[in-house]
Amino acid sequence: MSGFTFSKENEKYFENLLKRYPEKSSLTLPCLWMAQYQEGWISPEVMEYLANKLETSPMEIYSVASFYTMFNLKPIGTYHIQICKTLSCALRGSEQIKRHLVQKLGINVGQSTKDMRFTLSEVECLGSCGTAPCVCINEDYVQNATTQKLDELLDGLSK
Amino acid sequence: MIVKIVSKNFDIPNAHLLDVALQNGRYGSLKRLFSLSSQAVIDEIDKSKLRGKGGGGALTGEKWKLIPKECDKPIYLVVNGDESEPGTFKDRQILEFDPHLLIEGIICTSYAIKSHHAYIYIRGEYVFWAKRVQNAIDEAYKANLLGANVGGYGYALDVTLHRGAGAYICGEKSALLESLEGKRGHPRLKPQAKEPEWFFGNPTVVNNVETIASVPFIVENGADAYLAYGTEKSPGTMLFGLSGHIEKPGIYELPYGVKMIEVIEQIGGGVLGGKKLKAVIPGGASSHILKADEIESITLDYESLKENGSELGTGGMIVLDESVSIPKAMKNLFEFFHHESCGQCTPCREGTGWVDKILGKILDGNGTKKDLETILDVCDMLDGKTICVFAPSVAYIARSYIKKFRSEFDALCTKG
Repeated sequence: MSGFTFSKENEKYFENLLKRYPEKSSLTLPCLWMAQYQEGWISPEVMEYLANKLETSPMEIYSVASFYTMFNLKPIGTYHIQICKTLSCALRGSEQIKRHLVQKLGINVGQSTKDMRFTLSEVECLGSCGTAPCVCINEDYVQNATTQKLDELLDGLSK
Repeated sequence: MIVKIVSKNFDIPNAHLLDVALQNGRYGSLKRLFSLSSQAVIDEIDKSKLRGKGGGGALTGEKWKLIPKECDKPIYLVVNGDESEPGTFKDRQILEFDPHLLIEGIICTSYAIKSHHAYIYIRGEYVFWAKRVQNAIDEAYKANLLGANVGGYGYALDVTLHRGAGAYICGEKSALLESLEGKRGHPRLKPQAKEPEWFFGNPTVVNNVETIASVPFIVENGADAYLAYGTEKSPGTMLFGLSGHIEKPGIYELPYGVKMIEVIEQIGGGVLGGKKLKAVIPGGASSHILKADEIESITLDYESLKENGSELGTGGMIVLDESVSIPKAMKNLFEFFHHESCGQCTPCREGTGWVDKILGKILDGNGTKKDLETILDVCDMLDGKTICVFAPSVAYIARSYIKKFRSEFDALCTKG
């Protein structure tokens, strides 16, 4: 039995989207997004629910969800800090930012703090090369990032 | 040097809002558009020699002509806003500062190819930009610029925004369509002869955001106005990017054919901190690296870059100063390529990882001369043996780094 269902709002959004695509399967990514916003991650229950909804198998949903790096297949911290590590950011000091955050949060890249407040990740090019280095906190870009700027932001969040 | 066709409204405050956009000429092309036949619009674009701005540089008119004239299936337009080539951040300027230009371009293009539904595929990380575009779409629907009767001209058009979720390969048009169909973003086999793309078996055109945003100017002012810019074979303008070790990183709209070194020195303000230039990666990470002495004569157009053994690509230049270790830069990019290989073809999935590992070994001080030969062997295995062009282009660039900066690699390979 599935322990997950769409919120009323998502259900309404789903019905709207159905009219906008020639086939139901196109709704896979939009549905995964809605579920992740609602639940925080793509749990096995979510996959089962979406499989029913989209008339496919949970394995198919898993196959798609696991392909895209932005879908979390395990729970993550409240604040997901993603450091862009690709060349333009690397040339502008992303490594220094990583070292600072690892030390500040006391966790390594790929880990979450014990209180599940922060998760630290390194990600590939965020498309913010002209305002490098870039760090993305949840969905917001911190551009021209400095350790000082990040300290202020994170300390503001911690309070 | 700077011209403003696509970027005309970028500096106008709130140009992303419909009323400001309208005051500044947006949707001005619709009157002429709907006075022309669909075929006449295609002919105009054909005449303008508008080239795709996503990296390939294919002629836009040629692409549109692939849509069958008589077709009982629905035709789709898909706008590629998956922008994720390292060094590239141009489409987001359009999405952020002038989303109505994109919608105007979508109307023009849809009318030309007789499509009544367009999808804008935006990379998952661009949340802010997706919201901007969705807001512009909503505004356009409310003002009857989209919907059953576009601008009162009797043409029906729907536009749907579709978000990706973090996969570089979805910038490849067939992988993008797979993704839009709700699958893993695996590129499709290329057809033997030229044909349109297919979205659920329906003929489809896939164009880059900037390409679509270039269309309204041509429709409104005619092909000759566009041909007045740029070079004979690369007419018009492009949003060029400067990043890395440069004083003034950013996006600048320039006509094709300007000298690269002048762009770096005059527009970009030169190398960061007045250091010496070592190399430039001219068109996103997947283009061949160019040494400082090679770029003196290069102009920013498809032909000049090709003659000099590289590619114009997305026009996103990454500038490297004298302090950069090329093996380290190459390792950085191979971590990217390994991460972003879709995994469908074994040579690419494994090969990119092997090169990354070997480079790691060399940088750790455990490299031998044979390791470099192994990398070049892996490149032969990557080249021409996969479904899409990801692996071949990775192979080409690996060879270019090693060939052009061999002494740096050799100096690190101290273990025999």
